[in-house]
Amino acid sequence: MKKMNNLGRFMVPILFIIICGVGIIIAKPQTAYITGELTRRLVRNSFLVLSLIIPILAGMGINFGIPLGAMAGQIGLIFVTDWGITGAGGLIVAALIGTPIAIALGFFSGKVLNRAKGREMITSMMLSLFIFGIYQLFLLYLYGTIIPYKNRKIILSQGYGIKNALNLDVAKAFDKILSINLNIPVGRQSIQMELPIVTILLIVILCVFIVWFRKTKLGHDMRAVGQDQKVAGNAGMQSDKIRTTSIIISTVLACYGQLIYLQNIGTLNTYAGQDQTALYAAASLLVGGASVTKASIPNALIGTALFHLMFIVMPQAGKALTGDAMMGEYFRTFLSYGVVTVALIMHAYERKRELEQNRLVSRRARQNS
Amino acid sequence: MQIKSAIKNFGLPRFIILLFLIILFAAAPYAGVKVDTSIENVISRFGMFSILVLSMIPMIQSGCGLNFGLPLGLIGGILGGVISIEFGFTGYLGILSAILFAILISLVFGFAYGLLLNRIKGDEMLIATYVGYSFVALMSIFWVVAPFKNPVSVLSYGGSGLRQQIPVADYWMVKETFADGTVGSVGILSNLLSFNITDNLRVPTGMFITFAIVAFFVWAFFKTKLGTSITAVGSNPDYAKASGININRMRLISVMLSTAIAAIGIIVYQQSYGFIQSYNAPLNFTFQTVAAILIGGASINKASILNVIIGTILFQGILTMTPVVINGALSIDVSEVIRLIVTNGMIIYALTRRNKQ
Repeated sequence: MKKMNNLGRFMVPILFIIICGVGIIIAKPQTAYITGELTRRLVRNSFLVLSLIIPILAGMGINFGIPLGAMAGQIGLIFVTDWGITGAGGLIVAALIGTPIAIALGFFSGKVLNRAKGREMITSMMLSLFIFGIYQLFLLYLYGTIIPYKNRKIILSQGYGIKNALNLDVAKAFDKILSINLNIPVGRQSIQMELPIVTILLIVILCVFIVWFRKTKLGHDMRAVGQDQKVAGNAGMQSDKIRTTSIIISTVLACYGQLIYLQNIGTLNTYAGQDQTALYAAASLLVGGASVTKASIPNALIGTALFHLMFIVMPQAGKALTGDAMMGEYFRTFLSYGVVTVALIMHAYERKRELEQNRLVSRRARQNS
Repeated sequence: MQIKSAIKNFGLPRFIILLFLIILFAAAPYAGVKVDTSIENVISRFGMFSILVLSMIPMIQSGCGLNFGLPLGLIGGILGGVISIEFGFTGYLGILSAILFAILISLVFGFAYGLLLNRIKGDEMLIATYVGYSFVALMSIFWVVAPFKNPVSVLSYGGSGLRQQIPVADYWMVKETFADGTVGSVGILSNLLSFNITDNLRVPTGMFITFAIVAFFVWAFFKTKLGTSITAVGSNPDYAKASGININRMRLISVMLSTAIAAIGIIVYQQSYGFIQSYNAPLNFTFQTVAAILIGGASINKASILNVIIGTILFQGILTMTPVVINGALSIDVSEVIRLIVTNGMIIYALTRRNKQ
C-alpha cells in the first residue's frame, strides 16, 4: 500500500521526464540554448513556486490566490517607475510599497478562506479574479484621476490610467549586481548559463527561511492545524488565526516573487498574465511530485525545472512534428492544465478512500470491543 | 425591522445589484441613452444567456455544486453546430439538427464527466474548473486537426483547421430589413414571431419560446419521480441513501442533463450572436453563467427556474446598462471591470455562505 503511494508520488515527475525526453529527441535543440534558457527560467520562477509551500503546510491546499501578492508587487513597481527610482534601490522601494498591500490582501484572503473551509482552493482562485477587478479599477480609472502621477510616459493617451505594457527602469536590477557567465564546451555542443548571484542568493535565503520556519513554534502549530483543525483547536491553538497567517506569508512571498520575476523579464504586462501566475506555479510544484497536502523545497525546484524544460522544448517539438508552432503551444497549455487537474483528482480520490478506510477501521474496532 | 429582514431574505448583494440597476435605468435618459434600446439589449441578452444559466439547475439540485465544467457542454454545442454546418443543413433543419447532434455529443461528454465527479465528491467545483480548462485546451488541438471540409468553418489559407469564429449567417440566420433601412442578419430563433414595440425595441419572441420549452422540460422533469430523487440526493444525501436511491446514478443523470442543456444554450446564443466561437471562447462563459444564477438567489445546493430568470435579467441588465450609462455620462468604459467585480464577488459570496443545515 505504502509502496504504491510512493510510486504514485514519483509518477508525475517520471512522466514529465519522459515527455521532456521525447520532446528533446524530436526537436533536437542546442544544449547551449536549453541550459541557458532553463537557468534563466529557474531563477525567474522558483521564488513564486516556493511561496506556495507554507499554506500547504497549514492544510489549506494550493494557494491559487498568489496573484494577490503578484498584483501588490506590480503596484509597487508602477509607483517606482512613476517616481523614476532605478536600480536595486527601486526594487527595494517597490518591495516596501508592495509589502503592506500584500499583507492587507493576504489578511482579507485569509478571512474569506476561513469562511469557506473545505473549499479553500476554488475560493482562493475566485478571490484572485475578484481582486484583479479591483486592481484594474485602481490602475485604469483611479491612477491619474485621484492618484497624482509624475511620469507622463506611463499614462495612457487619454490622460489617466496606466499603459498596458511598461518598460521597467528596474529591469535586471538584482541580476546585474553580480552575474557569472558559464560556458563549458561538451563535445560539439556547449553548456551555457548566466548565473545572477544575488537573485540566486535571494532564493537560497527563502529556502533557508522555509526550513527554519518549519521548526519554529508557529511552523509546528501550522502543521498541527493542517492535520486536524479540531484537535489543534482543543490543544488551545487558534486555528483560524494560524491559517490566516499562513496565507499572509504566502501572499507577501508571492509579492517578492513577482518582483524577482518581473525584474528579470524587464517589462510589465499591466493587465494580463496574473491569472497564469498561480497556474504555472501550481503546475510546477505538482510536477515536482508535491501533492495538495505535502510539498517540499526539492519538489518546488525540481518541478520548476521540469515544467519549464517542457515549456522550452514543446513548441519546437510541436513545430518539428506538425510544422505548426501553434500546435506545440496548445499542447503546452493542455499539459499545464492537465497536470493540475490530474493531481487534484488524484488527491481527492485518495482522500475519499482514506475516509472510507477510517470508517471501516473504526467500525471493526467497535465490533471488536 | 421588517425591511431589514426582507433585505436579509433577498440577500444583500442581490439587493445592491437591483438598486444599482434601477439607478442605471433612472440615469439612462440623462446620460443621453435611449431607454427602449437599452431594454431591447437587456431582453435579447436574456434570450441569449437564459438557457445557459438554466443548465446550472440539475447539477446544483443533485448536490454537485455550481457547474464550473460548463465548457464541456459548450464544446458539445460547438461540435454539434459545426457538424450540422458540415452537412450543409440550413434554416430550421440546420438549427434543429445542430441541437440534436449537440445533445447526443454532450450526453457522452456528460457521462464521462459525471463518472469523474462521482469519484471526487466534495471537490467537484475546483476539479470541474480545471477539467473545463484542460478540455478546452485539448479540444483546441482537435480543432486544428479536425477533418472538417466546409469552407465556411475552415481556415481559408491552410484549407484545414477550424476558424476562431465561424459565421452562421447563411445557415441559421435570415436577412432582415430594419426600421432604419439597414439590412442585417437575425437568427431564425430570435426572428420567429418577433415583433416591434417601438422602432428600437424588438422582442425576440422565438428565443423566449425556446427558453420556455427548455425551462418547462426542466420544471416537469423535477416533478417526476426521477427528478424528486435527484433533489433528495442534493438536499439530504443520508435520507436519500436510506430510502434506497442510487446516489451515484442520480448525480450522473443530473450532470448529463446539465451538459446537454448547456449545449442547447450555446447554440441558441450562437444563432443570435451570428458566430460559432471555438478554441478558447468557451472559457469566457463559465463564471458569468455561474454568477448569474447566484445573483438570482440560488445557493450552492438549491436553485429554481425563478432564480434563473431573475438572475439573468439582473446580471445582463447590469452588463448592458453600465457601459452605456457610464460611458454616456463620463465617457469612460468600466464595463469590463464591473463585470469582473460583480461576477467574481458574487461567486465568492456564495462560496463563503455557511450551509444552513
